[in-house]
Amino acid sequence: MTKTGNGFELVVGMEIHVELKTKSKMFCGCKNDPFRAPKPNIYTCPVCLGMPGGLPVPNKKAVEWTIMLGLALGCRINKLSKFDRKNYFYPDLPKGYQISQYDQPFCTDGSVMTPEGPVGITRVHLEEDTGKLLHTDIDGKRVTLIDYNRSGVPLVEIVTEPDIRSAEQARSFLKKLHQIIQYLDISEADMEKGTMRLEPNISLRTAGSDKLPGYKVEVKNINSFSFVVKAIEYESARQVKILKQGGIPDQETRGFIESQGVTKTQRRKETADDYRYFPEPDIPPFFLDDEFVSSVRAMIPEMPDEKLTRFVSQYGLTEYDARILTETRAKADFFEKAVAIGGVSSKAIANRMINRKIDVLGTQPAEFVNALRKESQKTAVPTETYEAVITEVINSNPKAVEDYRAGKQTALMFLLGQARRKNGSLDPREVIAGLKKKLG
Amino acid sequence: MTLNTLTLNEALKKLAKKEFSLTELYRDIDHAVRTMNPELNVYLSINKEAKKQAADADGPLGGLPLAVKDNFLTRGMPTTASSNVLWGFLPPYESTVTERLRKSGGVIYGKTNMDAWAHGSSTETSDFGPTKNPRNTGYLPGGSSGGSAAAVAADMCIAAIGSETAGSIRQPASWCGVVGLKPTYGRVSRAGIVAMGSSLDSPGPIGKTVEDCALLFGLIAGADPYDATTGDMPVPDLTAVQHAGVKGMKIGIVYMDHPHIRGTDVDKAVKQAGKVFASLGAHVEEVPLSEKLEEGKILTPDYAIGVYTVVQRAEVSSNLARYDGVRYGRDRSYFGEEAKRRIMLGTFTLSKGYADKYYIRAQQVRSLYIKNFHDLFGRYDILISTPTPGYALPLGASAGSPMFGELQDMMVEPSSLAGLPGISVPVYRNPSTNLYLGLNIMADQWQEEKMIRAASAFEQNTDWNPWLKKGHV
Repeated sequence: MTKTGNGFELVVGMEIHVELKTKSKMFCGCKNDPFRAPKPNIYTCPVCLGMPGGLPVPNKKAVEWTIMLGLALGCRINKLSKFDRKNYFYPDLPKGYQISQYDQPFCTDGSVMTPEGPVGITRVHLEEDTGKLLHTDIDGKRVTLIDYNRSGVPLVEIVTEPDIRSAEQARSFLKKLHQIIQYLDISEADMEKGTMRLEPNISLRTAGSDKLPGYKVEVKNINSFSFVVKAIEYESARQVKILKQGGIPDQETRGFIESQGVTKTQRRKETADDYRYFPEPDIPPFFLDDEFVSSVRAMIPEMPDEKLTRFVSQYGLTEYDARILTETRAKADFFEKAVAIGGVSSKAIANRMINRKIDVLGTQPAEFVNALRKESQKTAVPTETYEAVITEVINSNPKAVEDYRAGKQTALMFLLGQARRKNGSLDPREVIAGLKKKLG
Repeated sequence: MTLNTLTLNEALKKLAKKEFSLTELYRDIDHAVRTMNPELNVYLSINKEAKKQAADADGPLGGLPLAVKDNFLTRGMPTTASSNVLWGFLPPYESTVTERLRKSGGVIYGKTNMDAWAHGSSTETSDFGPTKNPRNTGYLPGGSSGGSAAAVAADMCIAAIGSETAGSIRQPASWCGVVGLKPTYGRVSRAGIVAMGSSLDSPGPIGKTVEDCALLFGLIAGADPYDATTGDMPVPDLTAVQHAGVKGMKIGIVYMDHPHIRGTDVDKAVKQAGKVFASLGAHVEEVPLSEKLEEGKILTPDYAIGVYTVVQRAEVSSNLARYDGVRYGRDRSYFGEEAKRRIMLGTFTLSKGYADKYYIRAQQVRSLYIKNFHDLFGRYDILISTPTPGYALPLGASAGSPMFGELQDMMVEPSSLAGLPGISVPVYRNPSTNLYLGLNIMADQWQEEKMIRAASAFEQNTDWNPWLKKGHV
């Protein structure tokens, strides 16, 4: 468990919003493509404009995808779920309320594993996005324009438990979550565009305490994982200073200022917001039976962890290589397509993909394999070369040889590195086998 | 005889036989509207294209003129819900109900006055002045669909469309001496209707006869992809079953021992109706009133006032939030007193710390009423009662009484909270005032067939419907 080094411990929970890339919007038939829209307010209708008489009709795909994400995050799917109205006024919210989920979200109680430990998922729920405000000058007048192309786009909110104990763990968690979403192929999950939005809640407590701190600071406007790390580090330092002076940081919302790497007060939260939630009367509740949940579960593709294990066992890859190749579905698919073409070893394919950072979206697997095949024929290394290089490495590194014989496995890796430095086309497996043979 | 006094079914039959032309019928309607609208204030706007649309109309409604409550969105025709906030609003789309009527050959002749935002039971809270009761112009027509009921009563249309949250079709139908049908919640689409109490709103027909309502019901009912709360169960053909009679039906009379009703003309008229049904072969009995949920008894409607008020105001406060003046209509400063009161009360009952006490509690009591009706419809095919405690009240009666509507509608609030259908048919006319009372016939959810059979049997076997009286037409 990471301490701040000052007798305090970080307590971080995250709220993540992800726009789903369904064809149509959450509650109407309008096109869901706000970022590529050629003009503002073209993907709109009475429903997403909040006209009188417009009624929301839920998008079945969005509901399925939300449940799919919940299942992938190890959540329990609630048999009875419903939408609620979250009432508040803002010009980008045409109905004066957002259709969201309050006390019966689709998914609850999941968990995501990070190298630093598990992060609990409190809930995954579905809601609608708002329009977008644009503050600008027209004819010298300061005006605010509203674009409703984004109004009513399906938005999933993922809320974690306050289980994150370091900035690095926040990064690991987010990378993992991003990878899962990307594997499920349900969102562009692009932080620059805002299709994935990150809001850490950051506070500190005395190290060793298991009580939740009496305050939390929410940080908004963060559009990359590195900025989450920076924001947490900055907040941690800022809050330590206040706590050390005997103060308690204000419960507030702060904005992250990218250019300075600092956070600044946006809005103080002296009282809790009152959104006057009540069940959305325009949408009947959902009864999700086991059969439905199973059918959604069946739609989940092979997830990163399963794929990694399979790559190691099926293709004889190292865990390190398999991890890189399963980073994205596109990479993994490219690898498997290339292997299926045949003629080159899976290891050679993996090596080339990793070392040359192949652009898997812009390259044809067949071309890639052909090129690799031709090259390997040209550069096939004769057995004598292996012999010569291995002998030379052993002779010129007596210390490493001694270490290896004393039982230090890392010394073998050092020798392999020396051999590969002399001749890059050597197959590492051959080199290791040769070294082991020579060294007995 | 003028053609505007024809019922929908009569007009269709005579049109088919070419006894007159649509032009002649529209001439008579126009005349009635021209002479009576200035005093009655039934129509807020008239469709100038009506005659042209009638000539082009194709479908079972044969181009006949219909009056539509002004909370139904009509493309390119003003839609205000009788509120100054929506003054000047020209909807860019059409409500599902009016769309279906148009496709069935119906013509929207004009849009009728109502309580602003449907908040009321008098049509006096309209921002555009009250509508008067055509049966006696010193009296209220009821509401909120008062304009539509008055348009039918005054023969200023052939039939009309209204909407009811609790009482807004049946109470004005009762006071104006016409027939009003409130379908099961979810039977008729709410898409394109200015929302009031979203979990209660039920659009439905107001007509001169049961048969007319049965025909219109079939044309507007049924699942709608634009309203997720509509049910996809098949729509019964009420016109086919309406004459099946009540022989063998089990009928319960409810609420007649309520202190507001006992001993009044309402009590007498409803019990008399019970005798009519008995004479036609039904098993009729009175269902005792109960202060608490008891099997075989009807739970007092007294609690429903509170439940209904809380649920409906909560929904209203949220539904009216969109009228911010940014996209259409005028800004919030144009809201009338009643709308402001409802927004405040609804906001209060949903607020943190109060929601448990009011909104959630109200929903719990609502479920008691649902249970009560579930039990009773296991015992009876239909329940008969009154839509409202008495006759139409004089003009001005609603002023200064924020609970006016709730008191007028208390007899239908329990069934509306349970989503049940009901139909009001004339059951008595007071000869000295010319004011009517209605008989409210209620059925279980999706059981409109049963209530239409009873309504039709009553209408055919009594002399209370003014259009069916011997010698009429």
